[in-house]
Amino acid sequence: MEQLGFFPILFAAVFTNNILLTNYLGMCSFLGCSRELKTSTGLGVAVVFVMAVTSVLNWLVYAYVLVPLDLVYLRFIVFIVVIAAFVHLIEMIIERVSETLYTALGVFLPLITVNCAILGASLFMVIREYTFWQAAGYGLGSGLGWALAILAMAGIRQRLAQRGRIPRGLEGPGIALIIAGTMALAFMGFNGMVNLN
Amino acid sequence: MTALLIAVGVLCAINTGLALLLMLAAATLGRVGPCRITINGEKEMTVAGGRSLLATLKDERIFIPSACGGRGSCGLCKVTVLEGAGPLLPTETPWLTPEEQKANIRLACQVKVRRDLQIRIPDELFQVKQYRARVADLTDLTHDIKQVTLDLEDPPEIHFKAGQYIQLEVPPYALTDEPVYRAYSVASGPADTRRIELEIRYVPNGICTTYVHKHLRVGDTVTLNGPYGEFGLTDSDAEMLCIAGGSGMAPIKSILTEMARTGNPRRCRYFFGARARRDLFLLEFMRELEKTLPDFRFIPALSNPDPADHWEGEVGRVTEVVARHVRDASQAEAFLCGSPLMIDACIQVLREKGMPESKIFYDKF
Repeated sequence: MEQLGFFPILFAAVFTNNILLTNYLGMCSFLGCSRELKTSTGLGVAVVFVMAVTSVLNWLVYAYVLVPLDLVYLRFIVFIVVIAAFVHLIEMIIERVSETLYTALGVFLPLITVNCAILGASLFMVIREYTFWQAAGYGLGSGLGWALAILAMAGIRQRLAQRGRIPRGLEGPGIALIIAGTMALAFMGFNGMVNLN
Repeated sequence: MTALLIAVGVLCAINTGLALLLMLAAATLGRVGPCRITINGEKEMTVAGGRSLLATLKDERIFIPSACGGRGSCGLCKVTVLEGAGPLLPTETPWLTPEEQKANIRLACQVKVRRDLQIRIPDELFQVKQYRARVADLTDLTHDIKQVTLDLEDPPEIHFKAGQYIQLEVPPYALTDEPVYRAYSVASGPADTRRIELEIRYVPNGICTTYVHKHLRVGDTVTLNGPYGEFGLTDSDAEMLCIAGGSGMAPIKSILTEMARTGNPRRCRYFFGARARRDLFLLEFMRELEKTLPDFRFIPALSNPDPADHWEGEVGRVTEVVARHVRDASQAEAFLCGSPLMIDACIQVLREKGMPESKIFYDKF
């Protein structure tokens, strides 16, 4: 593929190829934790951090362990183990270092250990044969894109809860899915600016 | 072959490496010294810190009800934490109303024990224990209800209030791969602390009822835990209206047994609904109680008596019979036990008879 730099890839991952709105990955926590802006902010920051770091870690594991040993087919299981271990480790560190940080961020970490968007980002970067810096940009960008989407969603839902009159059958996940669909349509407006594939 | 070995080896190496790293981290970073938990201002215990309050209390054999196993997705394990829990977590707020948040109520599965804690839990939870018991007797009360008599072995005594229930453990067998728990009201009086009776109705393909009706034998050992529940005798002298159907007999029988033992003088009418004569049981027991208790009457009602029954008692649904017998219920208290349908219908009738809803106590199953 065309050699894109760190920033174009980051931009593309946030806007044109938003992992949540174009691939619909990470929906469970997206729907579950998007009722309040405060909760979403914590979760969003946690996802940005974890996705950025695990993409880089998994790239290193992939390039220096799996490829040389011809074990590429093990990538799913190895990636998920690396992610789980890393998240667990970070949770312990945060808990020890600062309780405020733990309350704001740490409590979300166990929730996103098995988030499919995190694994998805690692797998996409392998399938698309990114270089190290591209992978770093893609990981960070996907995290930011996910956070942007959930923040927008939480803002809308919070406002709806205050003054929206939602038909009973659509309350909760129903209206959330419709909003997600509309947001995805809006994000299609960015299409063509940068092309990842 | 070598490729296979390499694959297995690499995977093992990665996993072991990460596991070692985590163990190291847990031993250095995650270690919290011992903490002291004070419960209800009286009981104190020293525990190892670092885990959730729910898990820590479970190790101390204090069982807080929880359905999701500590993932923060059921919101049942509410306890009051007066001191030492830190700020409310975003994972808790969806489950707590603003009043509960103000009252320092927290989810035990989300609160970590990191320093000394002051907590408050309902006194009943102290009493909840796990028991091993032996089946002393199995009797058919009707064609589909069995009376199960259990002798407690370890611990040998249970202290409960009449009307409470226990949870019976069903071990894995043909219908279930893992142990399941089902709640049954104790039918015997609380004065008998070494032996309890349950009344279990057969439900086709019901996991526990099939186990009890088709597999359980006299002499078998079973596991149960409890007691639970708020249903029971109130501390007043108002007239009592008990209404039950089927195995809803059990908690009412326990209450009546206790009333007979203490010589409770309250006026009491017990309406029992069944389909036909063959669904009635414990008639002699109830006739005896009518003699022992100062002011008690047992009024069975059949909704669908068989002509062969030669039934001369009350006919009709139990709600209709209650409506016929009770003129003014405004001063009485009601104790209901049965299916949700029956209870809802009863509540409606009692309200029409002037009973305030705060005086209606029930156990739905």
